[in-house]
Amino acid sequence: MAAVSVRDVSVAFEAVRVFDGLSLDIEQGEFIVLLGPSGCGKSTLLNAVAGLLDVAEGQIWIDGKNVTWEEPKDRGIAMVFQSYALYPRMSVRENMSFGLKMAKTPKPEIEKRVNKAAELLQITHLLDRRPDQLSGGQRQRVAIGRALVRDAAVFLFDEPLSNLDAQLRNELRVEIKRLHARLGNTTMIYVTHDQIEAMTLADRIVVMKEQKIQQIGSPDEIYRRPSNLFVAGFVGSPQMNFIKGRIEGNGTGPEFVSGKRRLPLSGYRFSGKPIPGQEVVLGVRPEHLEITGAGTWSDFKVDIVEPMGADTVIWCSDGDGTIQVRTSGSKKAAPGEPLGLGVDAAHVSLFASETGERL
Amino acid sequence: MNAAEPQGRRPRRLTVGRIGIYAFLITAALFFLLPLWIMVVTSFKPMEEIRLGNILALPVTLTLEAWTKAWSSACTGLECNGIRVGFWNSVRILVPSVILSIIAGAINGYALSFWRVKGANVMFGVLLLGAFIPYQVFLYPLVRIFSLTGIYNSLTCIVVVHVIFGLPTMTLLFRNYYAGLPIELFKAARVDGGGFWTIFLRVILPMSTPMLVVATILQVTGIWNDFIFGLTFAGRENLPMTVQLNNIVNSTQGERAYNVDMAATMLAALVPLVVYFVSGRWFVRGIAAGAVKG
Repeated sequence: MAAVSVRDVSVAFEAVRVFDGLSLDIEQGEFIVLLGPSGCGKSTLLNAVAGLLDVAEGQIWIDGKNVTWEEPKDRGIAMVFQSYALYPRMSVRENMSFGLKMAKTPKPEIEKRVNKAAELLQITHLLDRRPDQLSGGQRQRVAIGRALVRDAAVFLFDEPLSNLDAQLRNELRVEIKRLHARLGNTTMIYVTHDQIEAMTLADRIVVMKEQKIQQIGSPDEIYRRPSNLFVAGFVGSPQMNFIKGRIEGNGTGPEFVSGKRRLPLSGYRFSGKPIPGQEVVLGVRPEHLEITGAGTWSDFKVDIVEPMGADTVIWCSDGDGTIQVRTSGSKKAAPGEPLGLGVDAAHVSLFASETGERL
Repeated sequence: MNAAEPQGRRPRRLTVGRIGIYAFLITAALFFLLPLWIMVVTSFKPMEEIRLGNILALPVTLTLEAWTKAWSSACTGLECNGIRVGFWNSVRILVPSVILSIIAGAINGYALSFWRVKGANVMFGVLLLGAFIPYQVFLYPLVRIFSLTGIYNSLTCIVVVHVIFGLPTMTLLFRNYYAGLPIELFKAARVDGGGFWTIFLRVILPMSTPMLVVATILQVTGIWNDFIFGLTFAGRENLPMTVQLNNIVNSTQGERAYNVDMAATMLAALVPLVVYFVSGRWFVRGIAAGAVKG
């Protein structure tokens, strides 16, 4: 049985439909990340699950109960927001116990749960401070603590790390992952536009664009076998290289052709039968290109070199377009240097030009 | 060493433009301060000195006589109990009117900005429209309504009127303030299980201090200075200070007692004056926030 199940849900603001018949099943204990650019509807979906937004059609089930018409507090959820949303006039302790007080939990029980959550998040020394006396990272910890004390079956995170600086974001990201592992069987739904967060945290990623689910899959699947051009381009940094071309069949099997670049596709796992003559886009990740003397494709020249410490990104071109190659950080290259690229068909993605769907 | 190298703060020079600015500011200040000066010095002078006509001069014999007379024995028509009756009437009108109108405005603003009430925008539009219709239009219909309900010419009546007419401005004030609060705060409170009133009282109201101060300033000065509503709705027993001041100044028997008139006016203006001086920066914010109607 799914922990959270969104069934055919439509959401409408006034007369504008935001979603149409969206369905999603989330397993017990799963860490699901809703990933997409801003305005793709991921937060709307989360708000609908939380009950902060009325659905126009469809049902939402949480923990085997139809909660479509339930108030947020009765859904067994806890939520963490981007802006922390701490009550500014209450101390950290009051912030964390507010929900329990509303639920008329006995005082000793409140105390116990608040202390436990505070310990888990290492904010015990902050309990008597007010939110405006805390740093951003501490505030978000408190916000997570406030969610934690509710003992909810499902945790909802709405871009919780987006307001933090890069280093804190990394720290808290690890902490959220650790928290999920430590809580064991708690389901988490996490909304973000940051693909690194999605890749590192998720059991499954739901990639969304324009109110539609583009692909659901494990981070590995999303990264290695993106189901369409949008997913391929959105996930991964530096971005996947896209090369327009055509499939040609020859005696030995299908082959990708783009100007003078050619790539035999015998190692590629087609989902259907390749159609010779079809216009396609070849996607290849920068790290799947190998710099060699001659290689599959030659006659490239180094354009720009971006050393990033651990690795180096080399932009190179052969007159037909620029391609990014990710290589080891120790690799030295000078602009203008000639270059050949090795490509393995097993690691590329092919998309139909017309539909953008994976072949 | 010749001309110093530019270093540190740039020196300020007195330019023609600056002189012009100062001249204008001083003139403007005098324009508003002069009448106040005349009021204050005159109120401390005995009548003999006033008759000499040096209206700008400091009093030679300082006397508080005019003030005590204005407070306790000046005649407002037939009665001669001074302006203090009106003062306490005004206080009795002011306190409930200010409190009730602010509460109503805050609740309205809260409901309009957080609870997405159906037709909220239409309701708000209608309410705002009310703020732009001249009060005079409402006088006669309201008098009819109040006499039908039987509360005409009473304290209740004047308080109700002030609450009703304070509603558009107060609602606007609080709605705009609440619109600036993060909606996520409200969402968090809902997830935590707060209802309409709990969220308002426990989360939103404690954050409203700045607006509560501004609203209080606006309402205190507005209601204290009101004349036409007090005259029309309060009834003979509850006439506010402004109405009584008018009666004192306009009832002429023999010589006009300028010093008493001035003292009475100062007394009537005292409450708003104190509010202005005490509130300082808050008042400026209040003017900015209530710029729709002043």
